[in-house]
Amino acid sequence: MSKCILIVDDEPNIVISLEFLMMREGHEVRVARDGEAGLAAVRTHRPDLMVLDVMMPKLDGFAVLEAVRSDPELSDTRVLMLTAKGREAELKKGLDMGADAYMPKPFSTRELVEKVKELLALTD
Amino acid sequence: MISAPFIVGVSCLYLSLLFAIAYWADRRADRGRSVIAHPTVYALSLAVYCTAWTFYGSVGRATENGIGFLPIYIGPTLMALLWGSVMLKMVRVSKSERITSIADFIASRYGKSQALAGLVTLIAVIGVVPYISLQLKAVSWSFTILHEYPLVRMPEQTSLPLWHDNAFVVTLLLAVFAVLFGTRQLDASERHEGMVAAIAFESIVKLVAFLAVGLFVTLGLLGLGDTGLDRLTTHPDIAETLGPLLAPSVSPFQDWFAITLLAGLAIILLPRQFQMGVVEISDESHLRRAIWLFPLYLLLINLFVVPIAIAGLSLFPNGQADADTFMLTLPIAFQQPWLALLVFIGGLSAATGMVIVESIALSTMVSNDLVLPMLMRLWRRRTPPADLGRLLLNVRRGAIMGILLLGYLYYHFAGEAYALVSIGLISFVAVAQFAPALIGGLYWRGGTREGALAGLSAGFLVWIYTLLLPSFARSGWLPTAFMESGPGGLDILAPLALFGLEGWNSITHGLFWSLSANIGAFLLVSSLREPNAAETRQARLFVDALRQRQPTSAPLWRGSAEVRKLTAMAERFLGIKRTREAFARFAEGRGFESSDALPADAETVSFAETLLSGAIGSSSARVMVASVTEEETLGLAEVLDILDEASQIRAYSHELEQKSQALEEATGELRAANLRLQELDRMKDDFMSSVTHELRTPLSSIRAFSEILFDDPKIPLDRRRHFLGILVSETERLSRLVNQVLDLAKIESGHADWKNETLDLREVVEQAVAATQQLIAERGIHLEREVPSGPALVWGDRDRLIQVMVNLLSNAAKFAPNVSGLIRIRLAAAEDLWHLCVADNGPGIAETDLELVFEKFRQTQVGGSKPAGTGLGLPISRQIVDHLGGRIWAEDRPGKGANLCFELPRYPADT
Repeated sequence: MSKCILIVDDEPNIVISLEFLMMREGHEVRVARDGEAGLAAVRTHRPDLMVLDVMMPKLDGFAVLEAVRSDPELSDTRVLMLTAKGREAELKKGLDMGADAYMPKPFSTRELVEKVKELLALTD
Repeated sequence: MISAPFIVGVSCLYLSLLFAIAYWADRRADRGRSVIAHPTVYALSLAVYCTAWTFYGSVGRATENGIGFLPIYIGPTLMALLWGSVMLKMVRVSKSERITSIADFIASRYGKSQALAGLVTLIAVIGVVPYISLQLKAVSWSFTILHEYPLVRMPEQTSLPLWHDNAFVVTLLLAVFAVLFGTRQLDASERHEGMVAAIAFESIVKLVAFLAVGLFVTLGLLGLGDTGLDRLTTHPDIAETLGPLLAPSVSPFQDWFAITLLAGLAIILLPRQFQMGVVEISDESHLRRAIWLFPLYLLLINLFVVPIAIAGLSLFPNGQADADTFMLTLPIAFQQPWLALLVFIGGLSAATGMVIVESIALSTMVSNDLVLPMLMRLWRRRTPPADLGRLLLNVRRGAIMGILLLGYLYYHFAGEAYALVSIGLISFVAVAQFAPALIGGLYWRGGTREGALAGLSAGFLVWIYTLLLPSFARSGWLPTAFMESGPGGLDILAPLALFGLEGWNSITHGLFWSLSANIGAFLLVSSLREPNAAETRQARLFVDALRQRQPTSAPLWRGSAEVRKLTAMAERFLGIKRTREAFARFAEGRGFESSDALPADAETVSFAETLLSGAIGSSSARVMVASVTEEETLGLAEVLDILDEASQIRAYSHELEQKSQALEEATGELRAANLRLQELDRMKDDFMSSVTHELRTPLSSIRAFSEILFDDPKIPLDRRRHFLGILVSETERLSRLVNQVLDLAKIESGHADWKNETLDLREVVEQAVAATQQLIAERGIHLEREVPSGPALVWGDRDRLIQVMVNLLSNAAKFAPNVSGLIRIRLAAAEDLWHLCVADNGPGIAETDLELVFEKFRQTQVGGSKPAGTGLGLPISRQIVDHLGGRIWAEDRPGKGANLCFELPRYPADT
């Protein structure tokens, strides 16, 4: 069953890989290149899950997460955070702010796909 | 028109004015609003130096020696330069020890010796009383001369009965004045405010009078007035007498030197100068103004001496008038009664000022250092009266009367004699005898009581022999024979040519021998033994006076005492009220509730002694205190221990202060260094964090696509190729990044290898263009070059400069729009530099980002997405260009694009 997934990242090649992986799983994929565009896309497309990078121009991942979590209409949105900053503190911060999962870059494609499945299963 | 009663009336009126000023100043002082606590008043009061001898006598000396009168004022002027040290020391010690006179000062320095104080007093009285006579004579003469107005007639030696002699009347009047204002209180260390105010006023009056005559005569001489003086100077007979004045010379030099030295010493050693300069000063900062104001006063009062002398000699070529009276006879001759009267008042000011201050100073010395020691001897056998304070005040009053009467008697009997006329400088030589003991004592710790006594005695005896006796002989009171051939025909002992020293002026001769004997005896006898305990303590106090703002002697006393006995004794001199107040203040200062709680320790005993010193002098005070306490003798070793401890504590605290200052500085430096280190640490963390982030980003793509390709063999070929292309480019990016990070680290740490050589920037441009050609062409960007025809030589590393150029070009290629993109390279000479710019027609750089683009990992976006690149290109370029002595910067061309430029020095510099 097809879900809508939003990818928010400013690295074009990573976006390509994520897009490929998610489409291969049969999901509908939307892409945003920075935080502001990402936030706008969440509101328009109401994705089931967003894959959110932390270090991005304009609005960083934490700010996007905060905005999403403070909006009751978007409360169903699953958030998987991806970041090149693999420190414990960052990870804890993301989870505390309401991310559903947190994966460090470089990520394992298999783990990512499974994590996405897991999160989407929770929605049902 | 100027009758005797008129002159007497004016004089009395003037003296009453002085009384009124003195009374007013004393009243103000009682109410705590001192009028004399002002540096100008202090400097004016020092002008008591200028006596009637100056006022009338300078002109007289000038007619004889030309400018030979000047050393008497040059000496004090030069000495004033030393006041910052000598006088300041004297003032500080005198204030803390409550010194009352010069005798007290010298005695205090050598362990508070009564014998020394007595000797100094004796010398001062013998040396100075004739000088007082001179003042009385001046007043009397000037009165007589003025009385003859309008005739110019010299007075004859009077043999009038006492009550008709105006000098006697003047003496009595001055005695009354001195008694009233000099002995209001017993504590002689307290200031006589009224007296000082009156003296300062007198200094103004005598200066005004002198300047008035000077201006009158000088303007006349210059032919500006109608005095007719200009005609007189052309008279041929007069030319000869004017000789010394018109051809000034400083020969004989030894006389100039001697009199300069003599006057310089007199300005601090004369009892009246010590009184005014040291005892009466209210604040030591007043010295600073006196150092220039007093010499200025001397200059002004001497300004017109020569013109007046010339005028006098011209007017009285045959000696109708004594040159010493020109000040007065000139105005009379020109029929200027008011000017003559003003001169008379000026002379009266000069004379009375000297007489009053001198008699008060001498009376303090006589009562404290001659009479009191004798009384104390008497009191050992008989019970002293209860109110010693009143007794001592009466002694002091009697001493004033006695001194003035002595002065009058000397005047009366010496009259016209040489012994009176020449007394001014002879008197100076007598007080100059104090110099070795006093000045030596301020700078040398080795002097002893016996040394000072020996020096003073030797100098004084030589003074009597070489100056006093000859002056008696010339006055006809002694046979003159001994002057020429010496006593018993021993030529070598002739008083005016001692040991064959001939051809010197008698003053120079006397000063030389008396001071030689004095200094010799002082040094020789002092060297016989080490200073004892008391002398050592006082030596420290005097010599080190400038080290402390308020020098205090370490309380060097051990024994048993009772506070009750101490206060009882003080009360007998100072009165109950004053004593109790003083002790109460002292107790409060030490943190006790009342004086009853005071312990009878060294500090208390020392306080009582100092308190008493102000009233009866330090040496008498020491004896008095010793009489009511039982003192154990402290050995020299113990005294030195205590003193060393005190000075060590001072030294330690000074050292501590310095160390804590140094520590504070070091702490500050460390704190700054620590902040800097923290900053560096933070920067390093930031850099590491940025680097890992930058490394992980391409790594993520590489891992993701590798896994995708690995897991899924069925991916279509074109997509597979696309993914593999990404893999290749991300790997390249990764290795570029690693290289650049290493490169940057190397350059920053200074470990990079630089293969510097002379190179042509045109070649650098060409090679960089070749390296980026493909990239530029792919994006359809047009490239323009503008380079000079000749070589553009700089000193640098070829590969690194190509790297800079490639960075700039790929940067420009990144931002220039596709298709319509344009990059322009421009290389041009600018003064001693080569200037190179790479311009693009991209979006430009915001003003605020112009510097930020050179920061590491700071990338600006192109069209909303992240640009390819490492974010290290420009930072590295900056490092390289900086290293080669150039600079690199970014410019924004609004609406046209960005401009990145660098410049490098030409090499060699002159091409």
